[in-house]
Amino acid sequence: MEEGGGLAGMKRFYVMLGVLTLALVAMLVYLLQTNPSAPRAATQAPTTVVDDGFRGYTLGSDKAPIEVTEYSDFECPFCASFASVQMPTVREQLIATGQVRWRYRDFPIPSHQYGRYAAHAAQCVGEQGKFWEMHDQLFFNHGWAQTGKNPTGLFRDFAKAAGADVARYDACMASGRFASRIEFSRQEGLQRNVNGTPTFFVNGTELHTGNRLPASDDFKRLVDSLAARRK
Amino acid sequence: MRHRQAIALLALVGWFIALYLGLHALGIGGELKCGTGGCDTVQTSRWAVQLGIPVAFFGVAGYAVILVVALVALQPAWALRRGPTLLLAALATGGVLFSAWLTYLELFVINAICRWCVGSAVVVTAIWLVALHALRTPETRTDP
Repeated sequence: MEEGGGLAGMKRFYVMLGVLTLALVAMLVYLLQTNPSAPRAATQAPTTVVDDGFRGYTLGSDKAPIEVTEYSDFECPFCASFASVQMPTVREQLIATGQVRWRYRDFPIPSHQYGRYAAHAAQCVGEQGKFWEMHDQLFFNHGWAQTGKNPTGLFRDFAKAAGADVARYDACMASGRFASRIEFSRQEGLQRNVNGTPTFFVNGTELHTGNRLPASDDFKRLVDSLAARRK
Repeated sequence: MRHRQAIALLALVGWFIALYLGLHALGIGGELKCGTGGCDTVQTSRWAVQLGIPVAFFGVAGYAVILVVALVALQPAWALRRGPTLLLAALATGGVLFSAWLTYLELFVINAICRWCVGSAVVVTAIWLVALHALRTPETRTDP
């Protein structure tokens, strides 16, 4: 008789199959139940808002004559489109050349499930000096914003890819310590009549492009005209 | 017979791994338990859905077929037949090729590794090796 064949062998096999099935079901239930959710502190607006003096991360020279302030939401598809399509040209032609300093301000849209959480993730990586790297991770890999799935693990991967210390990032996210800063930024935007994202201010004046998302050329034209006016 | 039993047990393990990933793709269970691996990076990449179906469900279906074929092949009426052995080898070869393609995407295109996907790749490779070994072994069995 071949090993494993025969009634006794088959009985043993069916017992093993049953035990394995039970073990796998138990493991699956465990995996599905013990699931950490996005830390509450980092996903919701705080009850009290404190001004910690922070006015957004900037990109470019402090001496640049023109400052663009962007009110943005990491979950917003238009913001992602601008960041991935237009922003590289803006960086190359206007920021790297010292003409423009770019300031990023959070304006999480309340209806976006994870916009505020993403902003908090960017702040937690930002305190480690990698805000713009995290900004790019969140916008360039924007699939998370369409799935509606809990992005906790993905954002941790992004933080790692951005060069952050993941343990520090985890502690920061769990504490939710930047929630107040993010809400302060949103309220600042509301006071400046920001009602959608992305909204841009060039040296304090809102940039209007009708219903069209601004392109790098819009900024270039504006910067050129402001420069010509200064001459 | 022992080959088919081993294949059935391995396919059961593979089916549960694929089911876990499939449930996650449907938004059930939230974040994947993945340590510091790149499971979410892989699962949210554009390769995670093929023909409108989350890739994990190809695994759920594939492992289920292998499991059923192996269990049927263990029944007395099929025990001595060569057909199930050939079919299992063919199914396992398809599975291992598909899995190799996914692993290639993880390593060289997505640049992130999902531990559960690696687990599935190991399981399907083991099934394939057992199935190949079975091809070289004649189907002999005597009654108890």
